[in-house]
Amino acid sequence: MKFFLIISDFIIPLIMLGIVAHGIRKKRPVYDDFVDGAKKGIKTVIGIMPTLIGLMVGVGVLRSSGFLDMLTQVTQKFSDKIFFPAQLIPLTFIRMFSSSAATGLALDIFNQYGPDSYIGIVTSIMMSCTETIFYTMSVYCIAAGIKKTRWTLPGALLCTFAGIVASVLLARMM
Amino acid sequence: MLNYIWAVLIFIGVVYGALTGHMPDVTNGALDSAKSAVELCITMLGVMSLWTGLMEIATRSGIIETFTRKIIPLMRWLFPDVPAEHEAMSHMSTNMIANFLGLGWAATPAGLLAMKSLAELNTKNSESASNAMCAFLVINISSIQLIPVNIIAYRSQYGSVNPASIIGPAIIATTVSTVAGVIFCRIAQRHRHSKNGGAA
Repeated sequence: MKFFLIISDFIIPLIMLGIVAHGIRKKRPVYDDFVDGAKKGIKTVIGIMPTLIGLMVGVGVLRSSGFLDMLTQVTQKFSDKIFFPAQLIPLTFIRMFSSSAATGLALDIFNQYGPDSYIGIVTSIMMSCTETIFYTMSVYCIAAGIKKTRWTLPGALLCTFAGIVASVLLARMM
Repeated sequence: MLNYIWAVLIFIGVVYGALTGHMPDVTNGALDSAKSAVELCITMLGVMSLWTGLMEIATRSGIIETFTRKIIPLMRWLFPDVPAEHEAMSHMSTNMIANFLGLGWAATPAGLLAMKSLAELNTKNSESASNAMCAFLVINISSIQLIPVNIIAYRSQYGSVNPASIIGPAIIATTVSTVAGVIFCRIAQRHRHSKNGGAA
């Protein structure tokens, strides 16, 4: 585990170095390219801002009404048995349907419990290793004119389940 | 989909808040959330631009093409039904590399092109997904990703001591889910092969 925590510390600087070195070797104007790319980043963030405001307000309303706490209490008994934090049940479910709604819930968890708490760490890892199954499947299948997805859904659910189990186990080790 | 989810969030929140006497909290919750969404975007402007800037250098210096060529042997193993020289292979490789690097804007178009070229190969039953399509989708959904940039930005906004500390564990977790997906694909493909006398 320690090795992977070292990777966490090293990877971003190493990627920066590797990419810049590769660019120089290919005789690219690396700084100009960086600035062009950064502009795209600004556009992306500005583009998602309205979505983020909407969803965080939605989750904020739900949180402050006390509904999420009630839901957590109700599911606590069951989730304790499987060593899964009850606070993460809504997130796990929503994650399969909508990436941005899941982001809203994840941010609420960071706000409530802190990103470095056990729940915060499980959330961080889980959000990084799962995908919006139903959204992705429908977009891709529509593109190919597919109506019967055969074994795609069982496979996708298995991946998601494996990712969630791994997230919980890894967070316990950290 | 999102329209319903959002409406349900608001609906449950307001009704439950009214029933339990939390209306002032709900008001504050809505206003505070809007404010913190904007604050979050300001943090994200920095982190996101740093990443897209680096990725622009990578893209323009041909890293995607380099990787795409390097993973061809792996692609042959993952998709035994697709001819190696078929364009579906290169679209799928581009999609996977772009996903791996967190380049969503490059991943989706390549992924859609990949599905279309796979559809050309799928002559037998055009409405039913081929083995290659199922495998491609499962691997895509298992979401192998090198750096979860968004999550790091969120963590830093909410005061994490070391926002990047989850990269290592996230790499393990995403590998676990992808390996599970790949094993499932191999078993499912072999099963169909033997059932259809190796013709599927």
